[in-house]
Amino acid sequence: MAINQSTAPAETGLRGPRGEPVTLDVNGATYAIELEPRVSLLDALRDHLDMTGTKKGCDQGTCGACTVWMDGRRVLSCLTLAYSCEGHQIATIEGIAQDGELHPMQQAFIDHDAFQCGYCTPGQIMSAIALLREGNATTDADIAEHMSGNICRCQAYPNIHAAIREVRDADDGG
Amino acid sequence: MSPVVGKPVNRVDGPDKVTGTGRYCGEIVLPGLAYGLIVGAAVANGRVVSIDETAARAAGGVFGIMTHRNTPKVANQPRLIPSLAGQPAPGESFFPMQDDVVHYWGQPVALVVADSEEAAAHAAALLDITYEPGVPVATIADGRASATQAKTLFGGLMPATDERGDVEGALAAAEVTVDATYHFAANHHNPLETSVTTAQWDGDRVTLWDSTMGVRASQLTVASLLGIPLSDVRVITHFVGGGFGSKAMVWPHVTLAAMAARHVGRPVRLALTRPQSFTSNGHREEQEQRITLGAGRDGRLTAIRHRKLSVTSPFDDWAEPATGVSTQIYGCDNYLGDHQLIHGNTMTPTFTRAPGESLGSFTLETAMDRLAYELGMDPIELRIMNHPPVDNHGNPWSSDGMADCLRRGADLFGWAGRDPTPGTRQEGNDLIGTGVAGAGYPVAFMMPVQHARARIFHDGSVVIQTSAQEFGIGVTTSMSQVGADGLGVDMDVLRFEAGDTDLPNTTSAVGSMGATMQSSAVHNAATTLRNDLIAHAVNDGKSPLHGLSPSSVKVADGRMTSTLDPSIGESYADLLQRNRLLDMEALGSWTPPGMDTPHGLLTFGAQFAEVAVDKDLGLVRVRRMTGVFAPGRVLNPKLARSQLLGGMLWGLGQALLEGNQIDRQSGRWALNNLGEYLVPVHADIPDIQVDFVEVEDDVVGPLGVKGVGEVGQVGAAAAIANAVFHATGRRMNELPMTAEVVMNGGGPG
Amino acid sequence: MTMRPITFFRAGSIDEAVAAVSSHPDSAFLAGGTTEIDLLRLNVVQPTLLVDVNDLPLTYLEDVDDGGVRIGAMARMSDVARAPRIVERYPGMSQALLLGASEQLRNMASMGGNMCQRTRCSYFRDGQSPCNKREPGSGCSALTGINRGHAVLGTSEQCIATHPSDVAVALVALDAMIRTIGPDGTNAIPIERFFLRPADTPSIEHPLAHGELIVAIDVPALPVARTSRYVKHRDRASYEFALVSVFSAMRVDDAGNVAELRLALGGVGTVPWRAHRAEEALIGRPATPENFAAAADAEFADARTTPMNEFMVTFAKRAIVRELSEVTS
Repeated sequence: MAINQSTAPAETGLRGPRGEPVTLDVNGATYAIELEPRVSLLDALRDHLDMTGTKKGCDQGTCGACTVWMDGRRVLSCLTLAYSCEGHQIATIEGIAQDGELHPMQQAFIDHDAFQCGYCTPGQIMSAIALLREGNATTDADIAEHMSGNICRCQAYPNIHAAIREVRDADDGG
Repeated sequence: MSPVVGKPVNRVDGPDKVTGTGRYCGEIVLPGLAYGLIVGAAVANGRVVSIDETAARAAGGVFGIMTHRNTPKVANQPRLIPSLAGQPAPGESFFPMQDDVVHYWGQPVALVVADSEEAAAHAAALLDITYEPGVPVATIADGRASATQAKTLFGGLMPATDERGDVEGALAAAEVTVDATYHFAANHHNPLETSVTTAQWDGDRVTLWDSTMGVRASQLTVASLLGIPLSDVRVITHFVGGGFGSKAMVWPHVTLAAMAARHVGRPVRLALTRPQSFTSNGHREEQEQRITLGAGRDGRLTAIRHRKLSVTSPFDDWAEPATGVSTQIYGCDNYLGDHQLIHGNTMTPTFTRAPGESLGSFTLETAMDRLAYELGMDPIELRIMNHPPVDNHGNPWSSDGMADCLRRGADLFGWAGRDPTPGTRQEGNDLIGTGVAGAGYPVAFMMPVQHARARIFHDGSVVIQTSAQEFGIGVTTSMSQVGADGLGVDMDVLRFEAGDTDLPNTTSAVGSMGATMQSSAVHNAATTLRNDLIAHAVNDGKSPLHGLSPSSVKVADGRMTSTLDPSIGESYADLLQRNRLLDMEALGSWTPPGMDTPHGLLTFGAQFAEVAVDKDLGLVRVRRMTGVFAPGRVLNPKLARSQLLGGMLWGLGQALLEGNQIDRQSGRWALNNLGEYLVPVHADIPDIQVDFVEVEDDVVGPLGVKGVGEVGQVGAAAAIANAVFHATGRRMNELPMTAEVVMNGGGPG
Repeated sequence: MTMRPITFFRAGSIDEAVAAVSSHPDSAFLAGGTTEIDLLRLNVVQPTLLVDVNDLPLTYLEDVDDGGVRIGAMARMSDVARAPRIVERYPGMSQALLLGASEQLRNMASMGGNMCQRTRCSYFRDGQSPCNKREPGSGCSALTGINRGHAVLGTSEQCIATHPSDVAVALVALDAMIRTIGPDGTNAIPIERFFLRPADTPSIEHPLAHGELIVAIDVPALPVARTSRYVKHRDRASYEFALVSVFSAMRVDDAGNVAELRLALGGVGTVPWRAHRAEEALIGRPATPENFAAAADAEFADARTTPMNEFMVTFAKRAIVRELSEVTS
């Protein structure tokens, strides 16, 4: 079957496979970069925007180290094409601390020693903050279940749970 | 005396990690950086017949392709020596892409370098490689008939057989015997950061940013394989995303990264993909262990026979030593431990957290539980009764604590009053049981002299340096504490710098020895500098401390004062500025005791677990764990607790989830990703508590520090298995204890 | 491992999406990407044009037919799971959604995409081993390979790959309808006909034409589903595919007989498995553990096992009996 692009409505909107300009909105700033369509959001962040806080643990959607927010919801940047992110707001760990002041979740992770090697940590924190926003942290079992997409091979899990509880309870004013 | 050592100080590298600003070795920005990707063999045994690069080269963005046809020959044949020994430490005595022979599935057969990760991956897939395949043998089931007795282990550093007394005679005469055989599936480390090396040449010199547990080991190995001077190889490692043994030895990709960077004339980043990490940095080998205990009716052990059979590579006699603890943690005059090997189509296995001891202890500690039931004794009392005051050579322990760990753990866990009868507690569909195990992990003095440097500037600020690397063990923090106390300054004025071979030598932080080695060298550097500064002051006519004996000067917060009159004194900064000294520095060194030191050297502990076993479906969930350990001086209880807790949960994973096997047709590991090779997730985590028993140790270094990196895992899986028995009456002879193992009664037995 | 060059098109309308894919032979729709990008990178699927359908106005949930629900194909799993009308009318479906994957993946994965989820069979995913699903006629490595997690129901000599979806198990029990728009117009496919057993053509998983886009899933009004449940058994406590999962919706009449039953199983079949035999064995019979066990036996009478996965039969039967017993009590 021949490709008949002349009749395809898509004709004018086809992009790639070579690199083309893309506009990404990351942490409130707009970045215009040239990317091929095959580049994931994760690689765009790490290799093209030099935002290496978002980690590559598996590139397969099985570890959660690459967790970022798209329009406020946590997603895996390794399974998201950068092209699909145009027009959406991306938030990464680099945007969490404000004016040099750590987010309470970041401070709680330090205080509770909620990491060792630190490689899963940005993803854990992006998930943990979203978890509280989602309202999925009412019980210890809720926290454990809804954080399970973020693997910590150092097994800092009990300390991560403690950090999340602390921030949750402070948010509640308790 | 010690203002910060022993305090639960937060990690000083915490802000770098929680903000994502810490740079790991695959995150180094270099102009012109190219991306390498290894292509692994798609057969496990055979020969590369042809490699057609046409399509790959045409794909665009490709800077170079390396295969056995154009890869430089290594200058020295690699030799398998543990990185702790401070010599070149290749993970296997084989270097790939030197000829067309394929020994194991995933063995590097080509390396593609391109202008992006995507381009490298695409070109790699377009390489048309044909093989002449042979029949792989890679499992115990297929290779059992070819098993041979190993002579030595760990690259010749350890005998493979350990025998004393008359074990057969003692077993024949024993009033009670226990005999059990176990099968253990292979384990993979799976740190969240896969191994990565970024290599950059400058003339004849190469700099490697390598995710390693030992920058010196990487430097020694790459220099040896490339045949270039050590001074031309610099290895930098500021953050490592976990190791667990996978980054203890130096695997081929590290040297290949350097070769590739030279090949394309650009800096190259070479990262293993997650699937490749299952075939590129060793693993804990598939193994079978059999143990036979003989004892008197009073519970005294009279004989232990502990044998292991495992699969290694075609070229190395590797087995993680299974009998290092069973030969000494319980006293027994008649002992035989040995290791048999099958040479199969796998890469050389390697250190995996608690290498040897985690599974060796599983065997021993579940057998001890069987013995306790045979005898009708409490398993804790049985262990305490058999734990000797001396090791298997009759040497006293450098420090002990085993009995205290068991007793304290029993208190914390609520062991008292436990009805030992199996299968008596049920809650809903779950059978509930509790179990205990002892733990021990060796203190291994096989490293050379360790160095550190302490340097103070004339404003009073301090830099402490060693080449140590931070992969989550907390070395940056604990060495800041040790340096601050040694020098008598506040931690805030001190920066600990590490992770660079240009800094004073320390050996790889492996075998739970990192804290011992590094703290000893740092302590000696810091106290040497302090003594030098005090000596300067008491000899300086302008110093208020002039004429005092150095021993009557103390230091706190960077200020030297007379012990007799605290109002007399001056700060380090004042001393240096008055004397127009911009800085002073001291090198500290520490020479480890010999391997033949007349002491028993183990870190002891005790593990407790409570499980719920689905009575119909066999699924095991751990509800509670308690671990108590005696690791000598604890530099930072917050960080030590984290490491021990991590080890215990590794034990949970090993007990219930983690296992891989090789597909017998292809020789390929069946599982190669984190969706199917299951490691614990948040929801698997039980209530868990960690406690310490304090023991003083003046043998293991000036601070008396033993390690905490591995002992937390030792015995954890055994405690879980013993709890499963208590819950169900079924003995677990297979790891992991998946649903079918439990449903079917525990495995081969 | 690859990431082949691709052309990208972001569709602004359904027609545009359908036209773009149907006019290009090596093209595929890109929804949440959680399967597509993973398999693209593994070189298991090889599209050269990806048509992104994430912007299409298909994220709705709306009522149909006196109490049924139409779920837009681009509605995300996490949103559907927590939508009040789903939680109230089909709690078992909500549970199935929430027990699948992780919150991040559920935020990405679309309902339509989930219907096209691919197997986790390692021989399929490795891109190299003989696999009839990936490369028709090459053979099935799983038959004699490592097959602990492989299917025991609906298998053939050509393929024993397990279907991985959770929510599809609920949907086959609920007799959902898959609505599509393709180059030849609109279509409605009863869900059990949507999932094709491997038989002699394991590579053909759905009766979809190239360019045919799932636009909605209709779930019919079904009072019995208001007490439906989904239980998932697995090695790991979370973030894992099922060993065995059970969806059940049952009504027992005053006499203690099973008046209505919808039962489906995950983890054991080559497709999301509607347990018709068990349903038939129970409807009209007393809701007793003995009858539950007999029904489970009937369902697995033709199970085809290997030494590694034969435990699944016992496991699944016990899981069924337990679930129905708990629902009854």
